Amino acid sequence: MKITGSQIIVESLKKEGVKHIFGYPGGVVLNIFDALYDAKDIQLILTRHEQGATHMADGYARSTGKVGVALVTSGPGATNTVTGIATAAMDSIPIVVLTGQVPTMLIGNDAFQEADIVGITRPCCKYNYLVKDINDLAYTIKEAFHIASSGRPGPVVIDLPKDISAGTGKFHWPDKLNIRSYNPTLEGNRWMIEKAAEKISRSKKPVIIAGGGVILSGASDELRIFAEHTDIPVTTTLMGIGAFPTEHHLSLGMPGMHGTYYANMAIQESDLLIAVGMRFDDRVTGKLDAFAPNAEIIHIDIDPTSIRKNVDVDIPIVGDSTKVLFTLNQILKDKDKPQWDEVRKAWIKQLDEWKKARPLSYRFEENIIKPQYVIEKLYEATGGDAIITTEVGQNQMWAAQFFKFKKPRTFLTSGGLGTMGYGFPAALGAQVAFPDKTVIDIAGDGSIQMNIQELATAVIYSLPVKVAILNNHYLGMVRQWQELFFNERYSHSYLNEVPNFVKLAEAYGAVGLRAEKPSDVEPVIREALSVRKPVFMDFVIDWKEKVYPMVPAGAPIDQMLFDEQPKKEDKKLKAVK
Amino acid sequence: MRHTISILVENKFGVLSRVAGLFSGRGYNIESISVGETLDPKISVMTIVTKGEEAIVEQITKQLNKLIDVIKVQDLFEIDHVEREMVLIKVAPPQQLKAEALRLAEIFRGRVVDSSQKTYTIEITGDEKKIEAFVELMKPMGVKEFVRSGKIAIAREKAKQ
Repeated sequence: MKITGSQIIVESLKKEGVKHIFGYPGGVVLNIFDALYDAKDIQLILTRHEQGATHMADGYARSTGKVGVALVTSGPGATNTVTGIATAAMDSIPIVVLTGQVPTMLIGNDAFQEADIVGITRPCCKYNYLVKDINDLAYTIKEAFHIASSGRPGPVVIDLPKDISAGTGKFHWPDKLNIRSYNPTLEGNRWMIEKAAEKISRSKKPVIIAGGGVILSGASDELRIFAEHTDIPVTTTLMGIGAFPTEHHLSLGMPGMHGTYYANMAIQESDLLIAVGMRFDDRVTGKLDAFAPNAEIIHIDIDPTSIRKNVDVDIPIVGDSTKVLFTLNQILKDKDKPQWDEVRKAWIKQLDEWKKARPLSYRFEENIIKPQYVIEKLYEATGGDAIITTEVGQNQMWAAQFFKFKKPRTFLTSGGLGTMGYGFPAALGAQVAFPDKTVIDIAGDGSIQMNIQELATAVIYSLPVKVAILNNHYLGMVRQWQELFFNERYSHSYLNEVPNFVKLAEAYGAVGLRAEKPSDVEPVIREALSVRKPVFMDFVIDWKEKVYPMVPAGAPIDQMLFDEQPKKEDKKLKAVK
Repeated sequence: MRHTISILVENKFGVLSRVAGLFSGRGYNIESISVGETLDPKISVMTIVTKGEEAIVEQITKQLNKLIDVIKVQDLFEIDHVEREMVLIKVAPPQQLKAEALRLAEIFRGRVVDSSQKTYTIEITGDEKKIEAFVELMKPMGVKEFVRSGKIAIAREKAKQ
């Protein structure tokens, strides 16, 4: 029996287990939307902007581990998804973006609302397709979901010309895929893992750096077994937050530019770095040739291109984090634990001293709200049982530093691309997946204004996301850099008039609350959490507050600035870009 | 160092731009590129000549391998191989040098593939040095135009012990 291309698309999505699609209709996808009208198993969440749709699909994917799906029209609809696609690509998030395209006959003719989205997204997605034959539809969709979610995950784009979705063909769901050129290596090389185990058991000052790959692979349990069995401290990169409990005695928090003093010191002093599912981003390493000068490096990653891209590696292990750590744990199980217990005592003691010397801290004040205080109170009010998303900038770093995460997939943030406007739609995506969970977007007043229109989506679909706006009337991180490195020339970082967020929330039918002094913070949070509606919490914070510690870009990571340090006089720091 | 990389890819539209885009997006340079079908019409082979330090070329080959449509990547740098490129060169020698042009073409085992009253178009194949040497020799003849193909390369079959 022949059915329409649109019905084939819907049937294929059902086969892939898709329950939610985030999208926005338009001319060339009307047939698909029409087919979705009857699809009772799939709910389409109508967003207010296509960028919002892709970030929602992304938040959905990050919080669930499933593939997130977005559906948009051609031309501007498709180009509006590019930031969301690039965001997902940089953080290896599996999403499938379905874009409409003008009929095949018109492609290349500069037709109305035509854009070469396959060409535009080629450098920022894992793979993309232009479907030119209706008989390829089902196979393409199956392959797209497979590519998006396997190996190193990433976004996949499928461009669907109107005549393909409107035409008719037979639905045939393929049993299996045959992609001869795509076979991710999952099992690590046994010999290499044994070599790594040997080095690990002998090392005196080892450190584990866990990245987003640990979360994507579901390797948190293996990581914990590994760390506890070997007594090795764990630092989690921004993308790795949640992979290891913040409050664990072996946790060092986050390394790098705004990492903890003790994580950075530990890395610099270590004799062995065990990097798992992380890619030595410049925000982690700082000045490369001064990074971990005494350490040998074991690097476990599913993506061979991540290995030796930035740092030289002594033992490269290409494979899936869970599988490699499992094998490593099996090998280490038989090794004599007391052997390293003894040698690592001094190292653990040193780490504890660093932790005591410079813990993450801030100065509480009676009359003005400190942003870190807000985050501490959010943690206390939720008991840490929440999905936290962030925007990008100071809000993101304070959230990473001061909220304590217990589980993977509870901290969703745009790490690689640094996309302002990510957190709010991502929170909505996570809330769609987990309607009963507390989902909080920690935002700045600048970032929230980048996708604020999605408040309508939140209200209409009764998504009770809480947005904690750390409102300082500045692009805070830009301001911080200008203060430290540009002689306080605040060129265009002052936002001057920001909207009245309380009234704005109310205008959309959401709840708006404001806290102007520290004593307001707890009641506002309590009230926000007690209503089952989207809430904007407008925290008027100390606009002078900065994120510390801070490693100036291009400096070695043990050269950190702290709150108490005189900044402007230090000429050396100004020299670095 | 200069590396000649041979890449087997799926013969689909867009693959060339994926490969070329990988180079441009990461700031690597392509010195020459040539593409053609293999015995299996579903597979094409690309020969790319690029330059870079060892670490860069390692990244290039890894990144190429990562592309979904790439089946196999072979850096021929350390493999004994045969390289060829072709040039079509159109010369307009003055009357007294016409015979000389033809003689040189013969020495280089070139073929005249077109001629007019004033010009010869000569086809030369060979490795890079041979091509360059021929072009240099032809310059005094009045080169009107020349086109060079990208390089193609193939590993030598190992002799059985």
